[in-house]
Amino acid sequence: MFGKVIGKRLLFSAFILIAVSLLVFGATLLLPGDAARAILGQQATPERIAALNEQLGLDQPAWQRYFTWLGGLFVGDFGTSSATGGSVGALLGDRVGASFILMGLAAIISVPLGIGLGVFQALHRGKRRDQAMTGLSLVLAAMPEFVIGIGLIAIFATSVFQILPAVTLAPPGEPVWNRPEQLILPTLTLILVVTPYIVRMMRATMIEVLDSGFVEMARLKGVPEKRVIMRHAVPHALGPVAQVVAIQLAWLAGGVVVVEFLFRYPGLGQALIDAVTYRDVQVVQAISMLVAAVYVVVNLAADVVGILTNPKLRSAA
Amino acid sequence: MSTDANSLDDLKSAATDAAEVPKESQTTYVPFYKRVLAQKQGKIGLTITVVVVVLALCGPLLLPWATGNTATQFVTKPFSPYGLFGSDNLGRDVLSRFLAGGVTLIVYGVLATVLGIVVGAIIGMLAAYVGGTFDAVIMRLNDVILAIPQLVFALLAITVLGPQGWVLVTVIGLTHAPRIARVARSATLGVITEDYIKAAEMYAMPRWKVLMRELLPNITGPLSVEAGLRLTYSIGYIASLSFLGLGLQPPAADWGLMINENRIALSIQPWGVLLPVIAIALLTIGTNLLADSFARATASTSVEA
Repeated sequence: MFGKVIGKRLLFSAFILIAVSLLVFGATLLLPGDAARAILGQQATPERIAALNEQLGLDQPAWQRYFTWLGGLFVGDFGTSSATGGSVGALLGDRVGASFILMGLAAIISVPLGIGLGVFQALHRGKRRDQAMTGLSLVLAAMPEFVIGIGLIAIFATSVFQILPAVTLAPPGEPVWNRPEQLILPTLTLILVVTPYIVRMMRATMIEVLDSGFVEMARLKGVPEKRVIMRHAVPHALGPVAQVVAIQLAWLAGGVVVVEFLFRYPGLGQALIDAVTYRDVQVVQAISMLVAAVYVVVNLAADVVGILTNPKLRSAA
Repeated sequence: MSTDANSLDDLKSAATDAAEVPKESQTTYVPFYKRVLAQKQGKIGLTITVVVVVLALCGPLLLPWATGNTATQFVTKPFSPYGLFGSDNLGRDVLSRFLAGGVTLIVYGVLATVLGIVVGAIIGMLAAYVGGTFDAVIMRLNDVILAIPQLVFALLAITVLGPQGWVLVTVIGLTHAPRIARVARSATLGVITEDYIKAAEMYAMPRWKVLMRELLPNITGPLSVEAGLRLTYSIGYIASLSFLGLGLQPPAADWGLMINENRIALSIQPWGVLLPVIAIALLTIGTNLLADSFARATASTSVEA
């Protein structure tokens, strides 16, 4: 049962990635006129256009280019950047690590924090502190990430206190963790954006679980309240919340773009914005595929958590 | 990664539990707007939203100075006779640019939301009503679009088509559509078994009429919640894109762009950043509170729906 479910999900993930690759590649076919002219500008000579077309492989039919590109992805060859002329893989290589540090830190802090706060709210439901936290999470969930980020910069880096750096200080090439203080504000921004959703979902699921029969049964049997919550209630609430956590973590892969731009953080997001500004299609394609891959992997992980927390599926394994 | 997995989009409705729903409306019918305004969230949300929208729409009519004016005598500090909030690094009056800069954000946000709701509702209702292979194919395609975050999707479109207004509105509206379609689909599945639908079908009412006259009016509750949520997100994405320099292009006056242009000077002239940041924050908070009150108002009518 376990293997079969996972196998099915794996197949579906592969389907999603293939379909996304078609979509991402298909987008480039929408480039107005020809790509070479869009890159070189109106004054380009026909020879230069022909040369660039050949360099980009645009003289081949679309399906052939698609398979060349897709095959390249499998062996880690993301093509050549049309803006810099360098390899896309090399351009992204250093930045992937920096972005994953930021996302990883945000995830490690916000997931337990969100679950903890959600349980806390559910246990104090209807009281003033619950209402205040619900209001706060509505406010935080509403604001775009750059608004929260600018607010943090105004408070901690410029107008009120000057205790944290407003932008990333590390010169290009230096690992970001060499100066941990520059990670604080970007990570905090991501945490403030992600946590409210996890809190809301955890609170709602937990309230449902606390009202259910088996929790009442455990209480009636005289199980200590702490044990009722930790052993009976919380594990049951985790399954549905895992899905929300997955969506939030996948969202991180997109939200990190704006946050990196705001803090001039040398990650994938910054590279993506630069690539969009210079219409560097190959880089945008590669990053879009990476982001979609993160989404698929994170969702698979959530499915595994869902299966492990569901006794019906777990015992059948 | 199942299709009916809880998603971020279903969150708002899921977060409302029965205990918080006003009780009295379950026995007597209370109009939707009264149910919304009966709540604190609804009142506050509506007030904030209306204030910011009025400010943004009427702002261009009350400009103290022209937005593109770069005369040097305007290079002033805040609270001087030449401008309440001083000028930016090019000598342009901050208050004037702030008053002129909200219209596009709100218009684009509303257009993207309307596009998403219309396309999403049609797709979702059709998927539920037609069912079978059509439903399965549509929902699989939805899953594919959901795999790319909306902002990354918008960036992909802007790379190919350029940073133009219609591109922003279209791509954000269309990426809302699958998320709205899921809600519309499950809401439709809830009413499709009702007797009045069968009755309409037995009267040989054309299918499009069943959809428009019988199904659509009965899923307006969930759709209104979606509309509020999506409006919040649309405003957030469009403001983010202009902040990234990929929305309106300089020298246009626009809140997101203003924040980007003035953030270098945050420590010496904070008003150029703070005014638009506060306006965007208030606007999104207002629409989000409204969406939340819609969700609560809808939950309490589920009895008569």
